[in-house]
Amino acid sequence: MLLTILLQAVASEALGKVGIALGAAIAAIAAGYGIGKIGSTATESIARQPEASGNIRSSMIIVAAMIEGAALFAIIVCLLALFVYFTVIM
Amino acid sequence: MKWWKYIAVLVMAVTVWTHVRAEEAVADSVATEQAADGVVTEDVVADTDTTEQGLDVQEVIFGHMSDAYEWHITNIGDKSISIPLPVIVRSKTSGWHVFSSAKVEHGEQYEGFYVSQDSGKIVERNAAGEEIRPLDLSITKNVLAMMISSALLIFLILWTARWYRRHDAVNEAPKGLAAFMEPIIMMIDTGVAKDSIGEDYQKFSPYLCTVFLWILLNNLLGIVPFFPGGANVTGNIAVTCVLGFFTFFMINLFGTKHYFKDIFWPDVPLMLKFPFPLLPIIEVFSTLMKPLTLMIRLFANMLAGHIIAISLVCIIFVFAKYNAVLFGSMTVVSVLFGVFMDLLEVLVAFLQAYVFTILSAVFIGMARQKEA
Repeated sequence: MLLTILLQAVASEALGKVGIALGAAIAAIAAGYGIGKIGSTATESIARQPEASGNIRSSMIIVAAMIEGAALFAIIVCLLALFVYFTVIM
Repeated sequence: MKWWKYIAVLVMAVTVWTHVRAEEAVADSVATEQAADGVVTEDVVADTDTTEQGLDVQEVIFGHMSDAYEWHITNIGDKSISIPLPVIVRSKTSGWHVFSSAKVEHGEQYEGFYVSQDSGKIVERNAAGEEIRPLDLSITKNVLAMMISSALLIFLILWTARWYRRHDAVNEAPKGLAAFMEPIIMMIDTGVAKDSIGEDYQKFSPYLCTVFLWILLNNLLGIVPFFPGGANVTGNIAVTCVLGFFTFFMINLFGTKHYFKDIFWPDVPLMLKFPFPLLPIIEVFSTLMKPLTLMIRLFANMLAGHIIAISLVCIIFVFAKYNAVLFGSMTVVSVLFGVFMDLLEVLVAFLQAYVFTILSAVFIGMARQKEA
């Protein structure tokens, strides 16, 4: 019974679409976690040493942008998979 | 500094106005559809409609994101208003052709060229009958948008320089446009370039300031919904690829000997570099990856922002065929969220330009290090 449901899901490509959406969601979670970690340590460091806040702020922005870059790699792959495999584009 | 506040309020008002006009247009079309049916009910259920009332969201989003041979401005009723742009192609068999894209607009053929169905580019048929692409140097929507934004940038910079030619910058504070541009340029010149590159930063400061201001101007123009803005320039991977190339050349053309020595013969045990150059290969790969990540970061951020902005407006149209309560509340949600997302996009526009510049400066600084 379960096997027929599984076979039907695989045959109808629905699993692929779920995979794409799940990939994008995991990328968002990962980016949020990483940037949250940076934000927390950056604010703690600024609290410890307020005169270094300029340096810390610029480092925080650079590292956050690099994490976002990694998350957006994943988003681009998901978009590619969506538009190449599942829809006909002009 | 107060005059720019009026501009900001005006931009927000126009954004809200265009959102509201969009919902008005849809409400009109839904009302006429209901009146034509002769059914005076609130619910317009999808399967009783014989005509396709909904909007092809994917086509709208792709139409705004991709490059095109004409600049589509708006649709008034059934007629589409667009600016036809010149198509400049060189075919191997028949040489140069220059014509207006209006000639090939609706699938017609002109001088052997037509718009291909699968790729949307201008193709011709060769002797074997296959579709081939000629050398295509057309002025497309992105090219025209880049010309407009570059002309605007040149004007801004030269007008700023005009103040500095006529006044003594050391003893007077600038007024007018120079007062607006000076903190921005100083931020890149002394804040970013000097901190990252060191003493010879002035050699690279022109490139960094140009790249920052160009990316920022194109990002901001991409958010403006009407002509001459609204073209997806920095969300086009070809444009960001060229910017990445520029940074790659700036890093590697001006690298010191110590930099290249560290790549090809680093100070590590012999096993890692002699019979098989493992570490040099890794170092070369990382040299290529740095501009690649810059390119993908800018492209993906800008493309995602534009897709979100358009999707929020399309949500109004998608919900138009359902009942009025859902439609009304979705419109309110979409307008509010849309204004918020537009403001967030302005922040992202500035941040992405700044991050591209500061990472370019950091990589250039790493390549300019002398022997320690």
